[in-house]
Amino acid sequence: MSPPNGGGMGRTPEGAVPAEGPGVPAGAVLPSPHAHGGASVSRTMGLVMAALAPATLFGFWMFGWPAVHLFMMTLAACVLAEYGCQRLMGRRSSLGDGSAVLTGWLLALSLPPWAPGWIGVLGGAIAIVVGKQVFGGLGQNPFNPAMVARVVLLVSFPVAMTQWVVPVPMGSPGAPDFVHGLQITLAAPPLPDAIASASLLGHAKTELSRGADLAQVLGAAATPPHDWTGLRPGSLGETGALLLLAGGLFLVFAGVIGWHLPAAVLLGLAVPALVGHALAPARFLPADLHLVSGATVLGAFFIATDYVTSPNTTAGQWLFGLGIGVLTWIIRSFGGYPEGMAFAVLLMNALVPAIDRWLRPRILGRDRAGRPLALPGD
Amino acid sequence: MGFLERVFARPWGVHPEDRKRPAADVPAVPVAVPEKVYIPLAQHVGAPARPVVLVGQKVLKGQCLAEAAGNISAPVHASTSGVVAAIGEIPAPHPSGLPVQAVTIAADGEDRWCEGEVPADPFALAPQEAARRVAAAGVVGMGGATFPSAVKLALGLRAKIDTLIVNGSECEPYLSCDDRLMRDRAAEIVSGIRLILHATGAREARVGIEDNKPEAIAAMGEAAARHGEIRVLPVPARYPMGSDRQLIVELTGREVPSDARAADVGVLVHNVGTAFAVHEALRLGRPLVERLVTLNGGAAARPGNYRVPVGMLAADLFAAAGGFAGTPARLVMGGPMMGTVLPHLQVPVVKGTSGFLALTAAEAAAREPAPCIRCGSCIRACPMGLLPLEMSARIRAEDLSGADGLGLRDCIACGCCAYVCPSRSPLVQYFHYAKGEMSARQRSTLRQESTRKLAAARVERVEREAREKAEAAARRKAERDAAKARAAAATAGEAA
Repeated sequence: MSPPNGGGMGRTPEGAVPAEGPGVPAGAVLPSPHAHGGASVSRTMGLVMAALAPATLFGFWMFGWPAVHLFMMTLAACVLAEYGCQRLMGRRSSLGDGSAVLTGWLLALSLPPWAPGWIGVLGGAIAIVVGKQVFGGLGQNPFNPAMVARVVLLVSFPVAMTQWVVPVPMGSPGAPDFVHGLQITLAAPPLPDAIASASLLGHAKTELSRGADLAQVLGAAATPPHDWTGLRPGSLGETGALLLLAGGLFLVFAGVIGWHLPAAVLLGLAVPALVGHALAPARFLPADLHLVSGATVLGAFFIATDYVTSPNTTAGQWLFGLGIGVLTWIIRSFGGYPEGMAFAVLLMNALVPAIDRWLRPRILGRDRAGRPLALPGD
Repeated sequence: MGFLERVFARPWGVHPEDRKRPAADVPAVPVAVPEKVYIPLAQHVGAPARPVVLVGQKVLKGQCLAEAAGNISAPVHASTSGVVAAIGEIPAPHPSGLPVQAVTIAADGEDRWCEGEVPADPFALAPQEAARRVAAAGVVGMGGATFPSAVKLALGLRAKIDTLIVNGSECEPYLSCDDRLMRDRAAEIVSGIRLILHATGAREARVGIEDNKPEAIAAMGEAAARHGEIRVLPVPARYPMGSDRQLIVELTGREVPSDARAADVGVLVHNVGTAFAVHEALRLGRPLVERLVTLNGGAAARPGNYRVPVGMLAADLFAAAGGFAGTPARLVMGGPMMGTVLPHLQVPVVKGTSGFLALTAAEAAAREPAPCIRCGSCIRACPMGLLPLEMSARIRAEDLSGADGLGLRDCIACGCCAYVCPSRSPLVQYFHYAKGEMSARQRSTLRQESTRKLAAARVERVEREAREKAEAAARRKAERDAAKARAAAATAGEAA
């Protein structure tokens, strides 16, 4: 290719003057299109964070300063890990896109709110280094980084990861102040019995393993509260299920995520739960408790919908979402762990390349197998 | 298309801000003929035209300067009267700015038409004769594809098409030359459509116009009201509605197989500008020497549509239209979605030039690309049902056959994918690169193949020649021996 105002111009009749100078830019060969819809990675990430904010603030209010400190430390760990990795690899920093902050945010929402700070820091580092950067950074990781970190933590530190507390809203008597909250997060003293609690799913699993009848367990006074208001033990992102649902619907209407994938996850979980509970109420939790408990809403709208680790066609997203829902129900109902969303997401993540290979859109003028359409006369 | 297919139809395409107004609402302005026009010999798909004038020769407006060379080619004509000043190279209207052959005419200012041959009743002409006259008038596809129109007319006649699709969708943002033409010259376009129907034997014509052009729809509807065979159909404003295959589906429900042409499903697509040019050629005997050109963009001083002689330099055109408002960050020929960047304005208007855009930095919206986050926006936007993100990932890894397997050849380079991409990945550039590289490789494979064949043939020939030489030598030796033996026998006989 000749230089823009070079060789070709020399042969111009009467040297039609190259249009350099005021008013005309030096010609650079730029690809079409010369317009853009305005979408950007950082805008997308920002919208997701905005959708998470109400539920997060609700969680801060409910679980107090320890939760705030844990959240901040987890985010800081993610940002530092991202910066460090890119520094070591000699790559340009991409902190501006907001993806590391979002990973930390999602991880923090899945932790017990009074978990020790090192859990958040270690989790953040695992999410970014093992979950994302070793694969080449943003867009290259096959597994959801936040869920990779959560599963590593859950398997490695089962006690710290299942220590739930009853809500002690900020400002209520007995709520830790800023400094006391910092002590709880940094020094991790044993939780006083008064506020230690089990989550509903954990409680149900324990009782089931003792041979109890679930129908009676759910009615008993010792059972943790379970309703949609969110005033109950659980992770930051579990209790504010209604606010998360609102945030998720906001993302759907803002066009950031499609409705297919969350709907598929919720259906995949609710349908077997309905059937199971109808057949054996003593053995299986009702569907509404499945939907309100654990990471169901967070998972359906914010985790499963991660662009990088989900299939890219609508049909693929239906398959993927249903798979996550069904697997979550199976793990919750039959597995050793009370909650199964993280495992279900990772298992289905592993299938994404295969799903993307099988379920491709039909090309215009070709059939599903990619052969040209037959002519009407043939 | 069945009901279910309509309900679950993929919402392909994008909705860019159209930015057609106010330029579209200003009546078209005729531009004074400049001192010189530069008329390229290749303004169409196919072989460049062959010059038939000499330097120094006087020519009249509409006189043929170069005639078609080959089956797929088109002649070019003088767009004003004057003297042929040069036949040589000028920079091409192309991002490379590489030289192309052109005839330069120094205008005499009289702008005098040469006598055209006008048939009394063009409908009395045989379809083949009508197509021949369209060919002689140098009419090519005015939508930008610039395929010689007469070739398409003949193809339509041969393929016995039943429906003519007239493309007035003008889905590219900023451009409004077709809109303006339909508003101002609807009767002439309808006349052209009827002539094309005559030349192709099609029964009916459907004119597709995007619903963001209500004035054009009204004007065309009125002009076509007396002709039952022509229907004006508003189509949803959605880019790239003006692409052949998409418009055919929208207007007829027929899907053109990927390895076939529109004519194979009984359809032919012509642009409204082409219909107008056909009318001018058959009714007035005037070849295609001028066209409407949109000047637009935030940095254009007087956005609007201009009636421009073919061969006028973009620089002269902008100068005649008030120049620039501020500094253009990017100069584009065509629309913002598929147009090409011009390195400078010393390029002529050609038959396929729909417009020039002087875009500000904010409009051009250039930014550094970031990594793909697999959001899938490009897949939803692709009007062909391709997987742009998967194809680009393979092309980045130089896996061209992998990209080909995903349908790279079906890509129409409409730019929807890059338009919606949050990472600003230059997807169209990847696909252009890969297509070019693949055809280069194919050519080199063919070349190697023919070299190999030639080498094998040479080896075979050398062997054959050696063999024949040896055989000839053996034959001669045998003859000599036989002669000797005969001589010896004769001697022996004499002796006896």
